[in-house]
Amino acid sequence: MFNDGWIQLAMVLAAVLLLAKPLGSYMARVFTLQKIPVMDRVLGPVENLIYRISGISKGDQQGWMVFTASLLMFNLLGFAFLYALQLVQHSLWLNPAGLPHVPSALAFNTAASFITNTNWQNYAGETTMSLLTQMLGMTVQNFLCVATGLAVLAAFLRALAAKGTGAIGSFWVDTVRSTLYILLPLSIVMGLALASQGVVQTLRATANVHTLQQPTGAAATQPAAGIQTIAMGPVASQESIKELGTNGGGFFNVNSAHPFENPNALTDFLEMVAMLLIPGASCITFGEMVGDTRQGIAILATMTIILAICALLCIHFEQQANPMLPANVAQAHTALMSGGNMEGKEVRFGPANSAIWTVEATATSTGAVNSMIDSYSPFGGLIPMWLMKTGEVIYGGVGTGLTGMLITVMVAVFIAGLMVGRTPEYLGKKIGAYEIKMVSLAILIPPALTLVGTAIASVTPAAVASVSNPGPHGFSEILYAMTSQANNNGSAFAGLNGNTNFYNIIGGLLMLAGRYWSMVATLALAGALAKRKPAPPSVGTFPTHTPLFVAILAGTIVLISGLIFLPALALGPIAEGLSKVVH
Amino acid sequence: MWNAILRPCLVCFVILAVLTGIAYPMLMTGAAQLLFPHQANGSLITSDGKPAAHASQAAGSALIGQSFAGKGYFWSRLSATSPAYNADGSSGSNFGPTSPNLLSEVTGAVGALELADPKNKKPIPIDLVTSSASGLDPDISPASAYYQVGRVARARHLSRGAVKALVAQCVRGRWLGVFGAAHVNVLRLNMRLNKLSAMRH
Repeated sequence: MFNDGWIQLAMVLAAVLLLAKPLGSYMARVFTLQKIPVMDRVLGPVENLIYRISGISKGDQQGWMVFTASLLMFNLLGFAFLYALQLVQHSLWLNPAGLPHVPSALAFNTAASFITNTNWQNYAGETTMSLLTQMLGMTVQNFLCVATGLAVLAAFLRALAAKGTGAIGSFWVDTVRSTLYILLPLSIVMGLALASQGVVQTLRATANVHTLQQPTGAAATQPAAGIQTIAMGPVASQESIKELGTNGGGFFNVNSAHPFENPNALTDFLEMVAMLLIPGASCITFGEMVGDTRQGIAILATMTIILAICALLCIHFEQQANPMLPANVAQAHTALMSGGNMEGKEVRFGPANSAIWTVEATATSTGAVNSMIDSYSPFGGLIPMWLMKTGEVIYGGVGTGLTGMLITVMVAVFIAGLMVGRTPEYLGKKIGAYEIKMVSLAILIPPALTLVGTAIASVTPAAVASVSNPGPHGFSEILYAMTSQANNNGSAFAGLNGNTNFYNIIGGLLMLAGRYWSMVATLALAGALAKRKPAPPSVGTFPTHTPLFVAILAGTIVLISGLIFLPALALGPIAEGLSKVVH
Repeated sequence: MWNAILRPCLVCFVILAVLTGIAYPMLMTGAAQLLFPHQANGSLITSDGKPAAHASQAAGSALIGQSFAGKGYFWSRLSATSPAYNADGSSGSNFGPTSPNLLSEVTGAVGALELADPKNKKPIPIDLVTSSASGLDPDISPASAYYQVGRVARARHLSRGAVKALVAQCVRGRWLGVFGAAHVNVLRLNMRLNKLSAMRH
């Protein structure tokens, strides 16, 4: 049923879980400003220099409002810089292909996309962005938006751990330390590993080669006949942070399906591990910072169980034969071919591996692809769509995935509290009316944006014209695009032509609202929790580290996303899947 | 406002942007060019499959697929780029599973394969009649390579056994025996095929 896809899944998850403990402990040391041998000596001077010029000090404490204002200002500056860079790239350096400036609606969408860790791309990288824009624009935001996510996580964890002091740390210190101590070292190691396997890293934009079979006859007289122009660039350095930071924005149009982004099974494995690495390790960081490692393990277990079930289902659906194809086409898995749904998939990966990748990339907020999801079977495509609709909490984005999950935990605790008639509390902190309001805001905004966006697009003729496949699949393309952007994932049913004024603008707005609305609510919640004194556990305390709680939490996630999205999903992938059965 | 927010905002952004957007990619470029020059520059190979010192000597990249036509070459998968195997504009077809375009694409490819080799009644492997994700897939499945052996051997006046043995030598298994999928690099296979033909004639 799953062929041996489950072994590939087990290998990736084993690597992630083995690395989670050491990396998670290391991240806890970074967030709690402890000494770190070796790294301190190399990076300490750079860190201190930034603090000195900034006029801040390492032990600074900000209130939640100043923290939030700092975050918004930093991201606004990033947005303005990236937007401007695209508009003037034609007159700057490192534009060997001589690309023109990016049109303003597309530049708006792209800037919103990269500062929000969405990395939705309404453009083909190799033919739109200069090398300077890729480096100083995309790569910079690939780091800084992730550091922003980690800063929010650090603040939230401090709030949970605080003994009523109200201390949540400093946005500047968290951003600087996350970039220097976590993201840069991991990216350098990962980037070199990828480059050794064939991921390109050069400042040349193209190479022209004379192909092996040269055209003959009339074809030989065509201009550039027999010449293949191969696009390249500084890919390895962007690829590594793209997966590690759950960013997902590819250097090339087809992302990690491109042989220069993901040349073989080893790079595929490394990139899959990288996507889950920091979100998984964050659970251990959480356990250590609140002084109860079991709490982190329970959350990591919940995430991993849901991810594994989704991956197995997706493998199953993608390995099926398409009954609409001619009978003399062999579609079954054998020792000599992977078989299954090979439209939009690469031979070196095959359907099982591609399905695992897709589930990982939509469970985390990466959104990178090594296969084209628009060509997935109806139910195979339903799974990534549902994973994004959970609000990116199954591993999720770096930083934001775990904060989103902890907020979902509060919903679960609240529901459990209602059932037994006790005031809900988590880690000894009472969850009052204000907290629940912030929780609701953080949870309900992305679905509201998704559904409203889909509704508007479905009744706007210009938006419907962008659809590339007929019938319910076309509706799925719109629903997928809105889900992906409102939840800051960036994965796409790529047949939809998103590079129109309508999609560029509405998509940009969804990404900004989805990201910052949730973040402000999260930080307001952190501010309130940090002031609450934890009460010691009593006999009536509902334990949040047991298998029972794991089941309640998983149930809550399924319940919320199921209730909100079932009608919309019924119109798209479910309708298509049922019609295929009838054929 | 200035001290708490604006000044650290400007300073942190400028320094971190220089570090991550200029120093980091330049450092990586330097290191990759020094340590892995062949891979970092696109894994370009000459027509006898050896690393090419310069693009002008290259017959392609070992990682990027090429179009092959005629009965005497192994064919690559379908490519949705325009034109096919355009390595300056990667793209998949994005045909949905119930799309009529998918059906006509597959039946068209089946027809072309049958026309080139009418006596071959074996079932056609799915990867040979579908578009890849990148449009640049360098590989076909071993089954797809074996499917084409008869046609290629006849067109080149080689024995079936010799061509089949060549395919077997070109099959690359899965990483650690379980990860990814077995595959045959079409460009390398055709390079070795040319060499075999040159030796026999």
